[in-house]
Amino acid sequence: MIDFDLMARLEYRLAHWLKRPRVDLALLAALLAVAAAGLVVLFSASAEDPGQVVNQTLRLMLGFAVLFVFARIPPTVFRTWTPWFYAITVLLLAAVLVFGEGRGAHRWLDFKVVRFQPSEFAKLALPMMVAWYLHARALPPTWRNLAVCALLIGLPAGLIMDQPDLGTALLVLASGAFAVFLAGLGWGRIALIVGAAMATLPVLWQGMHEYQRNRVRMFLDPEADPLGNGWNIIQSQIAVGSGGVVGKGWLGSTQARLDFLPEHTTDFIFAVYSEEFGLIGVVAIIAAYLFIIGRGLWIAANARDTYSRLLAGSISMTFFVYVMVNGGMIAGLMPVVGVPMPLVSYGGTSAVSLLAGFGILMSIHAHRLRGR
Amino acid sequence: MTWRGRDRNAVKDLAQEAGLFRVRAAEGFLIIAICLAVLLARYAWLQVLRHDEFSGRADENRIKLKPLPPSRGLIYDRNGVLLAENILDYRLELIPEQVGDIDEALQRLGKVIAISADDRDQFEALRKVKRRFHNIPLRYALSEQEVSRFALERHRFPGVEVVPYLTRFYPHGSDFAHVIGYVARIDSDDRERLEEARYSATTHIGKTGIERYYEDLLLGDVGYERIETNAEGRALRVLGRVPSKPGQHLRLSIDANLQRATVAAFAGRTGAAVAIDPRNGEVLAMVSQPAFDPNLFVNGISRRDYAALLNAVQRPLYNRAVLGGYEPGSTIKPFIGLMGLRLGLRTPETTIWSSGEFHLPGQSAVWRDWKRGGHGSVNLREALAQSVNTYFYGLAVDTGIDRMEPEMRAFGFGAPTGLDLTGEPFGVVPSRSWKQKRFGKTWYPGETVIAGIGQGYWVVTPVQLAHALATLAARGVSHPPHLLLSLQAGIDAQPQPVPIAADGPPIVASPEMWDAIREGMEAVMHSPTGTARAFGIDAPYRIAGKSGTAQRARRRGNQEYNENTTPEHLRHQALFVAFAPTDAPTIAVAVVVEHGSSGSKAAAPVARAILDAYLLKPKSEMSP
Repeated sequence: MIDFDLMARLEYRLAHWLKRPRVDLALLAALLAVAAAGLVVLFSASAEDPGQVVNQTLRLMLGFAVLFVFARIPPTVFRTWTPWFYAITVLLLAAVLVFGEGRGAHRWLDFKVVRFQPSEFAKLALPMMVAWYLHARALPPTWRNLAVCALLIGLPAGLIMDQPDLGTALLVLASGAFAVFLAGLGWGRIALIVGAAMATLPVLWQGMHEYQRNRVRMFLDPEADPLGNGWNIIQSQIAVGSGGVVGKGWLGSTQARLDFLPEHTTDFIFAVYSEEFGLIGVVAIIAAYLFIIGRGLWIAANARDTYSRLLAGSISMTFFVYVMVNGGMIAGLMPVVGVPMPLVSYGGTSAVSLLAGFGILMSIHAHRLRGR
Repeated sequence: MTWRGRDRNAVKDLAQEAGLFRVRAAEGFLIIAICLAVLLARYAWLQVLRHDEFSGRADENRIKLKPLPPSRGLIYDRNGVLLAENILDYRLELIPEQVGDIDEALQRLGKVIAISADDRDQFEALRKVKRRFHNIPLRYALSEQEVSRFALERHRFPGVEVVPYLTRFYPHGSDFAHVIGYVARIDSDDRERLEEARYSATTHIGKTGIERYYEDLLLGDVGYERIETNAEGRALRVLGRVPSKPGQHLRLSIDANLQRATVAAFAGRTGAAVAIDPRNGEVLAMVSQPAFDPNLFVNGISRRDYAALLNAVQRPLYNRAVLGGYEPGSTIKPFIGLMGLRLGLRTPETTIWSSGEFHLPGQSAVWRDWKRGGHGSVNLREALAQSVNTYFYGLAVDTGIDRMEPEMRAFGFGAPTGLDLTGEPFGVVPSRSWKQKRFGKTWYPGETVIAGIGQGYWVVTPVQLAHALATLAARGVSHPPHLLLSLQAGIDAQPQPVPIAADGPPIVASPEMWDAIREGMEAVMHSPTGTARAFGIDAPYRIAGKSGTAQRARRRGNQEYNENTTPEHLRHQALFVAFAPTDAPTIAVAVVVEHGSSGSKAAAPVARAILDAYLLKPKSEMSP
């Protein structure tokens, strides 16, 4: 028995939704395309393990479900709850340092039922908080405003850095900095701040963990220890380089197959992608990423208030940091930092938090000023 | 622009802000585009200009690193007797990628070589963590018959290999089970905490005893072989190797002959014994009975064998010597006696009257001597020789529980001794604060009375008791007990002495006091009134001993002990402590015999047998 009545109703709803979608279809299509490419390469990188592909598919479905739910929540609601969300996130981050567990680093909170990384929350909470703060101020920000922003950014970033999770700390720091940048910070001041940051680099070096320092040293001279820390860097470049222009074809990666490439389903999956699909594939996916970022900034520019603008802009620009840090790491342009290739790397939490961010973007898009 | 008035901040110029944002967003997008262009340029450089070079290196990557397992360090006794060695054995390994249909292959394989459900489970667990082209062990310890049977059928099983390996063997079986412990296959719990790279070729890990405590020293360092492989990853030839570094050999303070003699002295009874050299804290023997054959565990114990060991009433897997908690009973009396001297409450000559009954002023409760009618007038020496409860009841009451506790802790009771085995418990020295914490109840004076004869809340382990006695024998010098004597990097290498934990704070008393305690304990063995004179009378050397009889410490609350309602297996623990020779003690021993009739009858002969085995051994065995 087929319920024709139900079918008809579904058909009507679909037609209605397509006419006035709450999401930006172009952005959604680009996200889906990248996620699909990720699943295809994951099948190859995991040595054709359907289990991992199914797992990742489920996580992505969860992520897209979150996206659709968030798209229906008006930005004003997000704005109202922002300070609470931020405060809770900072408390959870502090809790992780005290009660957290994880191998080597303390990143996880175990609530018996759910285990999660509060640092994923921070990826959203931080740009929201900075946007919330600047929303009520006259822009461009004054030095005084900047000092408050620095505090708002520094607290969670410092806590994450302490876990230690350099990659996430970097992402969180960048998301806050982008919000400030988009608020109209003058170039003169930017130069001053960047200069000051450069000056503190030696201090940062002192504060880093030994394994983090080793990664930077290896980045500078990978051949010095080809079987130890330099291994990842060399092998991932071999994977990329041997792919050539057209690549070795799907399921053709020998680097991953023969187990030379480390972490070849997570942080280094893009090396497998580059090996199998070559420069053509790389150009295609980077173009897709650039489109997502550009579309996000366009949504931000059309947003109805400062909070929405800054938040949407920051989320879009942070997405770029993922691509740049991960892509740069695999090509030997950047040191090995634990940042995933967005929507491609295997692993659930970052995919969900990324798509949640895009859900907020969709919501901002749906509530934009029309007819101007 | 109807928005302006609704904003809190009147100075905000929304149109200008929106414009500013557009500029910033455009600038940001431009920067991002430039950065991504640089990234693409880098990929183009790698994939176009350096493509040939990297293609070559990818081919070179057919050279694989194969980890080589280090051989585990051997374990010797103090005289060089081998206690744990590595022997050559054969195991069956599968490479899933080359096998194809694994279920079908296992089906056929099962007809040639017996594969149990346990083996299957272990194999499946490993399959989940290893990659498809890695060797995964399926069966260990193949018999010669199995090896030759498989050799004939080998062509039918591509991807299945018989591989030689070194396996752990304990030549003395159960005699050292609780000291050495055993190694077994690495399980998922181990995998959680171990360092993956160090164990990349190792299949076994120390699970209990010395094997566990000194796992890091015994393991050694993994080596690598550079192997050229074909495109499927199959080995073609070896290009070079970094040999693995064997683990350190351990030399223990245990004396194998004494250990075996101790096991023999128990003659199948349940209990534990620990012998320590009071001059340095070296553990000479450590026995827990019944024991088990550690060899069963090495290559995977069958579920049935394991269940049998686990469920046996006598609990053979339980190391009573280290973990067992007992009431010390009268073996505590020498320590209580010394406390009286040290605090100036008694002199060696002070006499008290034992009428057979002891009362607290104003209370009707009665505490008795073991001898009906009492022992009459006794001094410290006689109180120890005859084990006169009344003497120690009175002394405990005069001291008070608050002063007694630190005096007892000074001998190491109530805290782990620092022995190099995992899991040492604290034990219990009765005190107000302990009772308050444990039961939330206040202290009763009557509990001080029985604490004086080692009953009530007291819990000591055989190791603690032996350590305390060794401290007494050494006249207050406290050497932490230890099992590891020295390390050797290889068979021919010079033994490296290991750093030993610093001595505990010494217990200060005058020579007269130590003499008084020693004389009292000698009288136990050698005087006509001594409770254990039957086992000291014919000794060619002088022994200082003390017996004790107690229930196993498992009582809840402050309920009174009632012999009739206590289950058989919880009463009558026979204890005995002894050191010898009394003029210059070289061995201190604590013995517990469970369900023994009394300390002087059941445990004293075991202690005597241990002392004889150590002190009367032929001279040739004396020096290492």
